[in-house]
Order: sequence, then structure tokens, then C-alpha cells
Amino acid sequence: MSGTNNVATSEKLVLQVGREILMDKALAGVKILECSRLVTGPYCTKLLADLGAETVKIEEPGVGDEARRRGPFPNNIPDSERSGLFLFLNTNKLGITLNLKSPKGMEIFSSLVKEADILIEDYSPEEAKALGLVYESLSKLNPKLVMCSITPFGQTGPYRNYKSYCLNTLHAGGQGYLIPGGVEFLDRPPVKVANFFADFCCGLVAAIAILAALYRVNIKGVGEYIDISKQEALMFYERWGVVRYANENLVVSRATEGYTIGGIMPCKDGFTMFWCVLPHEWERLKKLMGNPAWTEEEKFRDLSSAILHWEEANAYILEWLINYSAAELYHIGQAAGLPFGVVRTAEDLFNSDQMKAREFFVPIQHPAVGTFEYPSAPYKLSETPWCVDHPAPLLGEHNEEVYCQRLGYSKEYLTRLRATGII
Amino acid sequence: MDLLKGIRVADFTHAFAGPTGTQLLALMGAEVIKIESVMQADLATREPRDPIPRATERASIFYATNLSKLSIRLNLKRQEAVELAKRLVKICDIAVENFRPGVMDKLGLGYPALKEIKADIIMVSLSSHGATGPERTYGAYAAHMGPLSGLSYVTGYRDGPPVPIRSISDTLAGVTSMFPVLAALNYRRRSGRGQHIDCSAIESLSICVSDILMDYTMNKRVRCRDGNRHDFMAPHNCYRCKGKDKWVSIVISTEDEWRAFCNAIGNPEWTKDERFKDGPTRWENQEELDRLIEEWTKNHTNYEVTGILQKAGVAAIASFTNEDIVKDAHCKERGIFVEVNQPHAGKQIQMGLPWKLSTTPKAPIRPAPLLGEHNDYVFGKLLGMSRDEIEKLEKEEVIF
Repeated sequence: MSGTNNVATSEKLVLQVGREILMDKALAGVKILECSRLVTGPYCTKLLADLGAETVKIEEPGVGDEARRRGPFPNNIPDSERSGLFLFLNTNKLGITLNLKSPKGMEIFSSLVKEADILIEDYSPEEAKALGLVYESLSKLNPKLVMCSITPFGQTGPYRNYKSYCLNTLHAGGQGYLIPGGVEFLDRPPVKVANFFADFCCGLVAAIAILAALYRVNIKGVGEYIDISKQEALMFYERWGVVRYANENLVVSRATEGYTIGGIMPCKDGFTMFWCVLPHEWERLKKLMGNPAWTEEEKFRDLSSAILHWEEANAYILEWLINYSAAELYHIGQAAGLPFGVVRTAEDLFNSDQMKAREFFVPIQHPAVGTFEYPSAPYKLSETPWCVDHPAPLLGEHNEEVYCQRLGYSKEYLTRLRATGII
Repeated sequence: MDLLKGIRVADFTHAFAGPTGTQLLALMGAEVIKIESVMQADLATREPRDPIPRATERASIFYATNLSKLSIRLNLKRQEAVELAKRLVKICDIAVENFRPGVMDKLGLGYPALKEIKADIIMVSLSSHGATGPERTYGAYAAHMGPLSGLSYVTGYRDGPPVPIRSISDTLAGVTSMFPVLAALNYRRRSGRGQHIDCSAIESLSICVSDILMDYTMNKRVRCRDGNRHDFMAPHNCYRCKGKDKWVSIVISTEDEWRAFCNAIGNPEWTKDERFKDGPTRWENQEELDRLIEEWTKNHTNYEVTGILQKAGVAAIASFTNEDIVKDAHCKERGIFVEVNQPHAGKQIQMGLPWKLSTTPKAPIRPAPLLGEHNDYVFGKLLGMSRDEIEKLEKEEVIF
């Protein structure tokens, strides 16, 4: 049996290799220099690196990206080379160490900037200025440089030096205030969207801004500086709510964000999700439930009337839901033309037929942790597919490749730089 | 001088997610042509058979999602209209659609057909579950994306149900779909080749909980809801402030920040308590810590707390309402809001691109289009059709 499996695996590998040779990369030849930490900047860079941009990530010697110290770790044992967060966010990047706080370090950094198309950094405006990460001077070294600075509130304005962790950022952008929707939660604080959600959303906006700037730079031949404020990035996602106050004086709150008929509701083995929005969906739901007697009552006759008695209707519906598993409701609901959904756990998602068919999770091998399945990307490009050529770098893994092969330093010189704490 | 000047987009999208994506392209200076019809107007945001958005709420959202776009009428149920759509695609760089998978193919406007007309077309199809897989034709509203993506299950109170993730499910999907489009545009410039992009709204959310998904693949751990808690930081929560439904978010990571926090609130006796002596101990006792912090925050407005703590170097940000954002001094100074003169609605406050550039001037923002407002420009000027021809097709309910 194992022999058969091996053959199958190796055939698959051959096919994959063959495909990689045929397929081009969307961003081949684009050179990125990244000095950013945790999620937003690294995710922005990962999006570009996974489509083929040649990326060099700079980390602080001996310390590395903060993400290395965040979980999840295999078996919960902290190890800076085994953080699931870091491994996910830094695929396809070469990793070097460089002390930007030393003058020699900045000199080396300048040589790297001269070779780069894009620089991504996430220091606070004060820190960036102190380090010399300033577009006005770096663009003199490389006039076609696209430089992107990512900060909580942007480079200008009274809050430019405000400190903000992911939870704070979520609230700065207006999303945090609205969760969870429903009057029943008003005596409790708003609740965060899980983990780094806000940072991921901001990293995506930065990556789009960079690609648009790159497109123009390639036409005009003039570089660009992009000032990303995480607050503004999140406000773009929340723009419908924002303009409603600006134009209608309507304050959106958890009280205005609730559901009527439906929502996330308990079922036999977990939670189901359905929502009646259109009149015919109400008719289909009644039919699916087998037209129970209560649906004959005048107040439940049509959707507009049922909505006025939504709490009562939901209580009745719950009596029906509780007999079925989430998966059953999902499929019988959809078959009846009703948008039912499953409240999936990570396990449910990983095991779902849909995600398997779409190969959303892909195995990636890494020297320090071995092979695990990673989420890939929410899109598929027909000509230039998303792909991982190499896993996240070990700290300083590519020092020799970058400093010796690209910048032409001798190995002896590299040793001296290492000994003096510069790399 | 706009970022995407000279790029033309055939925008077949309706409702919320797709138009949010093409909104980015329009604000970047691309010529985005919205393909609508009284038979299938942008239903989620326009009223059927009415060129003027009527319901105020929907109008406001429609404006904020369709700024600077053009609109033409094409009744795609008619073959002649499909042929006109093809002629339009021939002079476009990008085509965007967010129908259920299969609908564009049925209309004769699937990628193979469009590629035939315009070999280097970049086409993006955005759907809830993606264009492949057994659930590809399953229906879903924005409210379903959070549950199906894995995000809702890990969002909510420790003792409460999973929480739906509302409008950002749509906007995030739309924005996500534009990243591969811009990558494809850069690729086309280098290679001369277009391509098809299949984007899933659910996966757009799933990718944002990748660390939680990795915890499953690495450790088989199924993470659950944790309120506002963090794995090791405390305090890490929202605290009630003076006023109705007013909150501030406070996060403390380091010992320096903790000392700065204690100083800023006047070093009350409890801050010297053994239960709060270091990070891990504070984390263990965070419920009591949160209660004591709220004793202080509730006597101040959330703006006061933000000011006091940020001055001390502590990460505190008021939980901004949409009203706060519109009135906020920082947002004003950043020039986030612009005035747009919207036909039938008058002066509207709108938002442009979510970033600032040093060398490229911002594209001027034009109002959202009326239904079919640009029929003459698109059919007449771009496609070279005569006035008579256009009128004939209008009468025949093709341009309709």
C-alpha cells in the first residue's frame, strides 16, 4: 500500500513541477525590501511574494520579527523558528538580519534600497525618521522606488504618533463598535473580531496601493510614496456606515445591526445560519418546515408581517431547527433555494468538501517544523497561479545569499559584520 | 495623472461586494462602466425600474459604492444586448462580475467567450464559495460569510454564541478580488497576456484567521470565542466610558506600558496589588483588573481616556462611531472626506481612496451615475453607434 501511495505522490509532484515550469509568475522580477513586524506589513508583503515578487525581509539581529514570539507553536512549545503565525506570513521571502540602528547598518540598507522596486516599512513616523527611513532621502538613491509606510493613523494629523495594537485599530476604523449586532448585547462591551482580522484587512489595502503605484511607476518612470493609515484602510471597508452619518445624521450602532427572522441559531449539533430577506424565502422556509400550524396564523402569513413578530417566529423556527444537524440544514436548505450556512470551526473548514475541492489548504515543508497544511489564498489566477516556492526563512537564513551573492561582500567581511552586531 | 488612467473596466457586478471592488478601480482613475438594466438594475442599491435611487438608505450606500463610475443600460436577457456587451469588452482591459458561477457562461459572457473577443482581457469572477467545488452554486448573503469562513465561530463573548460579521464581509470580498486584478494588470504589461481570476468571498474572510487555522493544522486545536481577551496581554479589552454606549479600547503589552498606565491614572492603591505585579499575573486576574480599570474609565469620556493614556505612551483608542469618525479632528486634518454634488441628492460627503500618495494627484471624484446616464458616451462615442441605432435598440428594449 505504501508503495502505491509513494508512486501517486511522486507522480503528483512531477505534475506540479511540470506545471510550475510552464506557469509564469505575475510579479516575477519585482524586487521588494520589507522591514515590518507582526501582521499588517508582513501580510501585505506575503500577498506580493506569493505571486512571485522577489522579497527580502529584514529582521533585527538576534531578535527577529515579533511574530516569531506569537503562537500557535507546534505542541505549544514556544520557539522563534516554529511560530505558525510567522511561518504563514512569511512564505516566499528571503530572510536577512540587519541592525538599522547602526550607521553601518543603514549604509548597507541604502545599497539594498538601490536595488529594490518596493520598500515596505511599519515604523512609527518618529522611529522611521530617527532611523532614516525617509522617502525624500531614499528616493534620491532610487528615484523609481515605491515606498509604503504603514502606521496606525498615517504620517500626518494629530494622532500620527498614537500607539495602537490590533484591538485598538479595529476600534479606530469604526468596525469594533458594531460587533456584536443586536440590542441584547448593549449592556456588554463591543467584542473584537478574532485575533488579527483588522491587521489582515489593512495589509490587503496596502498591497493593492503598492500594485497600483507600481503599475504607474512602470509607465511614468517616477517613484511614489504611499502613506497607509490603518484607520483609513479600515474605514474604506466601513464606508457605508460612515457616509450614513455624514449625509443622514444616522448613528450606526449594535442596536441597528441586529437580525429579524434568522441569524446564527442553535441546532442539533452546533450553530446554523440562515436569514430571510426576500418574501419568497419566507414561503420556502415555511414549506421546508412542513407548513407547521403556527405558520397559518395571520401574523406569520407573509414576511413583512412575520418580521414584526420576529422574536416569536424565531422561537418557533428554533423548535424545528433543533432536530437537525448544521450540515443537514445547510444542504437541505440550499436544495430548497434557501441560503442556509454552517457556523464552521477551524476543523469544519479544514475538513469541508468545498475547501478540499478548492485545495484551500496546501502542505508546505519547513526545515524547523516539518510539513503542515497552510491556508493558501482566496483567489485563483489562471495564468500565474499562487504558489509557494520556499517556506518562511529562518532568522538570517539568507544573509550569505543576499550579502555575498547580491551585494558582493566577501565571507570574511560578512563574519566581521556579524561579530560587530550589524547583521 | 491617475494611477490607472487609460484602463477601462466592464463592470457586470451588482449589489455590494463586486461594486466595492470596482469602486477602488474607479477611484484610482480607471474608466469603470457599470452594465445595468431596468430589468436588472443594481437591485440591492437601486430601486427596480427607477433610474434614481429612491430609498434614502440604499441611495446613500449606492453613492458610496459607485462614485466616479459610468452607467449604461443593457438588457442581457436579449441576445443583441449580449453582443453589445461583447463589443464593449473588446475595448476594455478588465471585466468584473459577481454572479453565481455559471451565470456569465449561460449568458455567453464567460471567460472563454470574452477571451475570444479580447485575447488579453483580465476577467475576475467573485462569488461567495468560489467558481469550483461542490458548493459553488450555493447561495449566501454577506451575513453567511462569517459563519462559513470560520471567523464567526471564534468571534463573540466567552459565554455567548458565535457572531455574524456583517457589511465588512462584502467589502472585504470586493477589495480582496482587486488584489489579483492589479497583479494581473502588472503581468499583462510585461507579458501581453490576460487571465481569469476566480475569487471566493468566504475564503477572503478565512485567510484573515490563518493563525487560528494554523493552530488547527499544527495542533488539532479548535479555538473558540474568547471575548476581547488576548493570549497573553492584559489588560486587553473595551471599557465603558461616560455617556451612553461609549467605550474605549485599552491594550497593555509591556511592563513599561503598565507603569505608564498606572502613573497616568494617578497610581491608585489597587495598582500596587500583588495580583497585578507582572504580565502573567495580570493576565490570570484580568477580570478583576478590568473591573478596576472600568471604575476609572467610566468617569471620563472615551476621548479623554484616549488623550490621557496616549500622552503616557499607552495604546488606548476610543471605540469610534460613524459620527465620531466624521467629526474627528484627525480625520478632518487627513482630508478623508470630500464633497460630491450628487444629482437628485445634492451635496454628499463621501470618502476617496484609503491612502495618500506623494507624486500622483488624487483623481477628482465624480458622483455615482444615474441608471444609463452614459448610454450616449459608451454606445455613441466608444462603440461608434449612430443616434438612430441607439434609439432603435432602446425601443426594442435591448438598451433598456
